Amino acid sequence: MLDAVFFWAFALVVVAGALGTVTFRNPVHCAAALTASLIGVAGIFLLEGAEFLSVAQVIVYVGGIMVLFLFVIMLVNVGRAEQEHRFSHNAKLATAVSLGAGGFILYLLFSRPLQFAPINQAPSIVQGNTEQIGNALFTTYLLPFEIASVLLLAALIGSVVLARKRAEA
Amino acid sequence: MWLIPLFPLAGAAFSLVARPGKRIVAIVAPGAILLAFLWSVAAVYQLAALPSRTKELPLGMWLPNIGAAWGLYLDPLSAIMILTVTGIAFLVHVYSVGYMKDDDGFVRYFGYLNLFVFFMLLLVLASNYGLLFAGWEGVGLASYLLIGFDFARKGAAGAGMKAFVVNRAGDAGLLMGLLLLWSLAGTMRFADAHAAIARLGPGAGVVTAIAILFFVGAAGKSAQFPLHVWLPDAMEGPAPVSALIHAATMVTAGVYLLARAHLLFDLSPHAANIIAAVGAFTAIFAATIALVQTDIKRILAYSTVSQLGYMFLALGTGAWWVAVFHLFTHAFFKALLFLGAGSVIHALHGEQDVRKMGALKRQMPVTHWTMFVGAVALSGIPGLAGFFSKDAILAQAFHSGATLLYLTGLLTAGLTAFYMWRLMHLTFYGETHVENGPVHEAPPAMAVPLVILALGSSLAGWIGVPKGWNTPAIFRSFEMWLNPDAGAAVPAARTEWILTGLTVAVALIGISIARYFYGHKGGVPHTFLQLVRPLQGVLEEEWYVDRIYNAVFVHAFSRGGGRLLNRLDTQVIDRGVNAVSSATRLAGSISSWWDEWVIDGAVRAFAYSVKLLSYPVRLLQTGQLQTYALVLVMGVVAFLSFLAFAR
Amino acid sequence: MITSVHYVALSAVLLVIGTAGILTRRNLVVLLMSVELVLNAVNINLVTFGRHLHSDSGQIFALFVIADAVAEAAVGLALLIALFRNRQTVLADEVDSLRW
Repeated sequence: MLDAVFFWAFALVVVAGALGTVTFRNPVHCAAALTASLIGVAGIFLLEGAEFLSVAQVIVYVGGIMVLFLFVIMLVNVGRAEQEHRFSHNAKLATAVSLGAGGFILYLLFSRPLQFAPINQAPSIVQGNTEQIGNALFTTYLLPFEIASVLLLAALIGSVVLARKRAEA
Repeated sequence: MWLIPLFPLAGAAFSLVARPGKRIVAIVAPGAILLAFLWSVAAVYQLAALPSRTKELPLGMWLPNIGAAWGLYLDPLSAIMILTVTGIAFLVHVYSVGYMKDDDGFVRYFGYLNLFVFFMLLLVLASNYGLLFAGWEGVGLASYLLIGFDFARKGAAGAGMKAFVVNRAGDAGLLMGLLLLWSLAGTMRFADAHAAIARLGPGAGVVTAIAILFFVGAAGKSAQFPLHVWLPDAMEGPAPVSALIHAATMVTAGVYLLARAHLLFDLSPHAANIIAAVGAFTAIFAATIALVQTDIKRILAYSTVSQLGYMFLALGTGAWWVAVFHLFTHAFFKALLFLGAGSVIHALHGEQDVRKMGALKRQMPVTHWTMFVGAVALSGIPGLAGFFSKDAILAQAFHSGATLLYLTGLLTAGLTAFYMWRLMHLTFYGETHVENGPVHEAPPAMAVPLVILALGSSLAGWIGVPKGWNTPAIFRSFEMWLNPDAGAAVPAARTEWILTGLTVAVALIGISIARYFYGHKGGVPHTFLQLVRPLQGVLEEEWYVDRIYNAVFVHAFSRGGGRLLNRLDTQVIDRGVNAVSSATRLAGSISSWWDEWVIDGAVRAFAYSVKLLSYPVRLLQTGQLQTYALVLVMGVVAFLSFLAFAR
Repeated sequence: MITSVHYVALSAVLLVIGTAGILTRRNLVVLLMSVELVLNAVNINLVTFGRHLHSDSGQIFALFVIADAVAEAAVGLALLIALFRNRQTVLADEVDSLRW
């Protein structure tokens, strides 16, 4: 019973935050809403037993990405947000399409029972989540791990190159 | 016998093809002729031994359809001809060695000269009219080459062409006559053709036609009126050429032809009369012109024309052997006179005008005395060659009843004597008007032939003494030789003596008048000159014959023809060219239109259609990010619905 | 009882909201934020199915998604800054040089 309460609470936070992100006029407000949404998602992870992931979500996403977003908003948007329309000219159509897509997915979801057989047996030995992730990451998924690090390196260099100041001619 | 024409042919080929040096040619060319002469003598000697006194030597077929073969035929007539031709030719060759010594065309000259002798021998030795005609044309060619020998001189080149063209006119007639003969007889061979004619009998029209056509050819070759105009101009060639070709041999080819075909004239009195009349007229016509000529060679040229007229007169009055006899004697003294004239010209370094000569007797004795002999012979003084032959002709004319012709011939004899002695006086006697000194006598190469010919001129007549003289047979051997079947009618002795006396008298009168006019200090008497002044003008213009020919033929054809061709060129040909170019331009413009409108049009249409179709499509490129994204999402949704529901 | 279906439904809703935001907002920064929403929806989905199928792959995959989202956000915002420097705007409609 308790898990239902937590679930619905966190779900509310996530959805409300998401709606706020796409609706608010001021980009800073959007960023705040997004932050709330992300924290809600972290809660969902926790409910599902993905502890490591939920903490990583908070640290990386909220602590890193959102700060970055706020920095950039300060750089490019100062003073201008209130005057313009926030939605593009074909927003109505786009919303309709999206809602239609959503309805479609939900319908699929609820029209038939979810019939997936478990891939594995339930684990006989119960390990801690972090341990479990760590094991998998450094054995089976070692290569993607290394590649991800290279990806992050590339993104690092790329963003520095793209955003730096040009030398005066 | 076939070697006879071969020697000069070999000599000609050698000189013209191998082009050896002067010294070699000086030996080879006369040598070839000498060999031909010796062979001729041998052949004639052998001939005399034969009972039929004919010898035919067929050498192979040439034109079977016509009956013309490579064949030689020797009979008394051709025997006389080859002896005359080779003998005189040899002397002329020796003379030419001296005369042409300094000329650059020495080798070429002797080549042509040998070539001429070859063709002449071919002509007289032919066994059929076809081969005869080949030789006939050949001597015409050689004559052209030799007249125009100094081809750099306009006068010489023109004279050569004139000779050839006038000859050609005569040859056209001859050719027609030959074709007519062939159509009649089916063959060209003498014996057969003559037999065919004989079958037709006297008075046949076709015989007359053939006879007259033959005479036209002979008139062209032997310079009878009106085809005589080339002979005076032919004097542009060197003097020995004039001596050989235009005095002794080629011009006598016409006489030979008519002698060979004498059957035609025996059977056709009409033709015979025409020939006799033309001959007599030509004789006196040419003699009158000779009276006023100032070029020493032209005097002799007209004299030749005149003497040839005598020969045709004889042919026309039925005594062809008399004509041949005159041919024979004339060859001697005319060649002598021409070579002598050549000697004078050579001594005076090219001067040919008699008014610029005079008193050469002392400086050129040999030339003078030999020419003296020649002049006497030509004039018909008894004892020398010309007398016998000329007298025979006149007698024949008288006896055949053509009194007018006889008187014409008699008068001409007087004129002949006059102009000959005029020449002698002006050249050798009296005061000197020489401008081209110093004068020297002829070198031996030239002098020796002169002497030999002088001897011949003196003695040659003695073999043709008239029958009425009752002399031993040997003196009548010529006539016997040629015509053994001549009628035995011997005319009365008294008539003969009167006729002979008249001839001699006329000659002496001519000589005396000439002596009076030119021998005395006073020159020609003034009153006489006044009297004949109008006539003198006409004579000097040679009776305007050349003028008429020039206007009618030369100018008309060349100018008129030229204009016609010009018009043809501009109207027809240029129009054609312009039409072609217009057509090409038209094709070009059509092609360019096609290219521009049709082909480019297709390309442009294609491009336009692409543009047209692309207009709606490009509107899809809005550049708006969110438009693209929307489309993307819609596509995904569509795909998913397809996956979910349609499968 | 909360089943996997609820979680998956949640991720679907989050997905729709995020997609709507991408297609709708003019401001490019907000657009990038909407992209993060979509990625999070995916993550929820992954983790849910990982738990349902008793597999580690779900969480591992979600971890990598987070790493990838980081990289993409960094580069995207760098591009945005460069764009702002050249065009003085961060609105999607005003960046349409590639139109016809």
